[in-house]
Amino acid sequence: MPVSISHLLGLEDVSAQDIGTILDTAETFKEVLERPIPKVPTLRGTTVLNLFYEPSTRTRISFELAEKRLTADTINFSKATSSVSKGEVLRDTIRNIEAMKIDMIVVRHSAAGVPLFLTQCSDAAVINAGDGKHEHPTQALLDMLSLRQKFGSLKGLKVAIVGDILHSRVAGSNIHGLLTMGAEVMLCGPKTLIPPHIHDLGVSVSYQIDQALEWADAVNVLRIQLERQKSGLFPSIREYHAQIRRDAPPYRTTEKEITIMHPGPINRGVELDSDVADSDASIILYQVTNGVAVRMAVLYLLANPEGKVE
Amino acid sequence: MNLQALKHICLKNAELVDPVAHTRQSADIIIKNGIIQEIGKIDSSFSGESVDCSGQVISPGLVDMHVHLREPGREDEETVETGCAAAMAGGFTAVLPMPNTDPPCDNQQVVRFLKQKAEKELVDVYPVGAITKGRKGIEMAEIADLYQAGAVAFSDDGSTSSNSLVMRYALEYASMYNAPIIDHCEDHKLANQGHMNEGVMSTRLGITGIPNAAESVIIARDIELVRLTGSALHVAHLSTAEGVELVRRAKQEGLPVTCEVAPHHLLFTDQDLTGFDPNLKMNPPLRTPKDMDALMQGIADGTVDVFASDHAPHSLEEKQVEFEAAPFGIIGLQSMLSVILKTVVESGALSLEQALEKMCVTPRKLLNLPVPQIKTGEPANLSIFNPKAKTVLRKQDIKSLSHNSPYIDMELSGKVYGVCNKGLMYINK
Repeated sequence: MPVSISHLLGLEDVSAQDIGTILDTAETFKEVLERPIPKVPTLRGTTVLNLFYEPSTRTRISFELAEKRLTADTINFSKATSSVSKGEVLRDTIRNIEAMKIDMIVVRHSAAGVPLFLTQCSDAAVINAGDGKHEHPTQALLDMLSLRQKFGSLKGLKVAIVGDILHSRVAGSNIHGLLTMGAEVMLCGPKTLIPPHIHDLGVSVSYQIDQALEWADAVNVLRIQLERQKSGLFPSIREYHAQIRRDAPPYRTTEKEITIMHPGPINRGVELDSDVADSDASIILYQVTNGVAVRMAVLYLLANPEGKVE
Repeated sequence: MNLQALKHICLKNAELVDPVAHTRQSADIIIKNGIIQEIGKIDSSFSGESVDCSGQVISPGLVDMHVHLREPGREDEETVETGCAAAMAGGFTAVLPMPNTDPPCDNQQVVRFLKQKAEKELVDVYPVGAITKGRKGIEMAEIADLYQAGAVAFSDDGSTSSNSLVMRYALEYASMYNAPIIDHCEDHKLANQGHMNEGVMSTRLGITGIPNAAESVIIARDIELVRLTGSALHVAHLSTAEGVELVRRAKQEGLPVTCEVAPHHLLFTDQDLTGFDPNLKMNPPLRTPKDMDALMQGIADGTVDVFASDHAPHSLEEKQVEFEAAPFGIIGLQSMLSVILKTVVESGALSLEQALEKMCVTPRKLLNLPVPQIKTGEPANLSIFNPKAKTVLRKQDIKSLSHNSPYIDMELSGKVYGVCNKGLMYINK
């Protein structure tokens, strides 16, 4: 089944049907990844540009792997080794690359809205691989796929997102995607790391980790960055660790098992302790595997908007 | 340039709207050598040039008390000449350029330079001097010198001094010359290098927001300083509901506090930012519909004194970038009258006379400038426009060097025919 979108800029305006199609398609690609030769010729002749203006390891490798598994031609661009470091503006960069006939662009940028901006100066299908604090839709899709595999359905599922919501594009996309699919979302973290007016998006907020864990079926723990503390948003990493990390008591003493997720990379001993991150309740590594399948699905569906695949 | 000398001309069949005299009449006006010679029904024996102004309103010349002409320093974005051309095309006969130029207007030389550049222009250019040296907010600029060179008000527009003592001294010092302090009210630390209004939209878009309190805490501080000093304060580009309420209460107390509103805050809100259009990025940012309603209420009840465009030209290269990298500001001289007619007059919030008063009479009164009169023997300082016509601002019609406008190709209200001033007449073609 085709999707109704021609770009994946975020999940805010993506319908439940399209999300369902992407997740279903990802399941089929997951099967491909388990074959002895995990490669299909689906995107042969399609050229994908990985346009990474921000450092990235996981997302970039995941996208590249997805492209290679689909037999797409890939071009990699990184800010450090490009003319951008000499002051070339984004619009010129993309127009020049466009002139070389690119079919799809996977973009990561520190500024919100850049993927949308690219659709205005290029004919290629654009996939957002993270734009500033705005959205990171493929991460949310892989989170949702992982949850769906674990729980069977997202409808009615209670998901707590814990940590630095204010700076998190992962949280942004997860909120939109999960709510669209019928899940409930609670945000938890210090008040200074929760964006203002977030209630208006349809989520609940708690500043107490115990309360969030009591409520949740699954908890998606976000990475905390040291520079946030330096900018005065919370008093110390030590205090953050003491308040948010759950080495254990709440994760372990709660009567139900809480599924642990993390978009990586984990600051072990800060937002999660190792024994929790590596416990049976953790689906963190499943998320990573699902990332490749989800990205294959998105690339495939956007490269074939009419569903015409030979 | 469609500029001609006002030697002997009759503007026929116009509707004279005079917010000074509070009169409205259909009449012809004869102007001879730049002076209004006769008003009334002119007989057919008139020997000069006649211009049919049927459907046009003639008002005393409009003034935009908040513009950026970018000269000196950024002549690629705007110059005194092109800014004046935009002003004329927008129906204005006077502008106040803000001092955030490079070098800033914090010394006599820049004031004199601007006055000299404007000498040959139809538009009156009244420079605003900086409050502090280098607009750094630390040490008072030479306010007396600036005033004597021709500055009519003082502002560090684009920034606010966080030093309350400096602001106190500036208010006291400028009051010796009866010149108002125009404050860009923004607590920069609280604004936190934000790019848009802080609210549900900034959360959705993942862009750092500027809270309403960044504006209102400085307005509240400044009002306290006015209470302390008794000096006149004008709040620039008011954008928040809280700010309107603070100014309203100050006025009720009888404090000499005035304020202006920019037209874009009456037409757009932060909900228009879903497309990340850098031409909708301004400072103060587009606020919420609730704030817009409060501004309209403030306009209707007289809390808002002045409309001013905050005309802020930026080059294409600077604006055609990702939203967060783009500078704040849009051009507004050619669209201001149309947007005010559309948002304020057509909505019934104000009559045409009341709206014109905020673009003609009140700004000049608070700046202690002479207010043009439509009277026999007075210089012809006039704006001519059709308030009922619909107009579309086309890119090719923009007179500014910069084209950073969200109004391009948008249907607006009113069409400017031309302006008269300094013995010259400009007609929009």
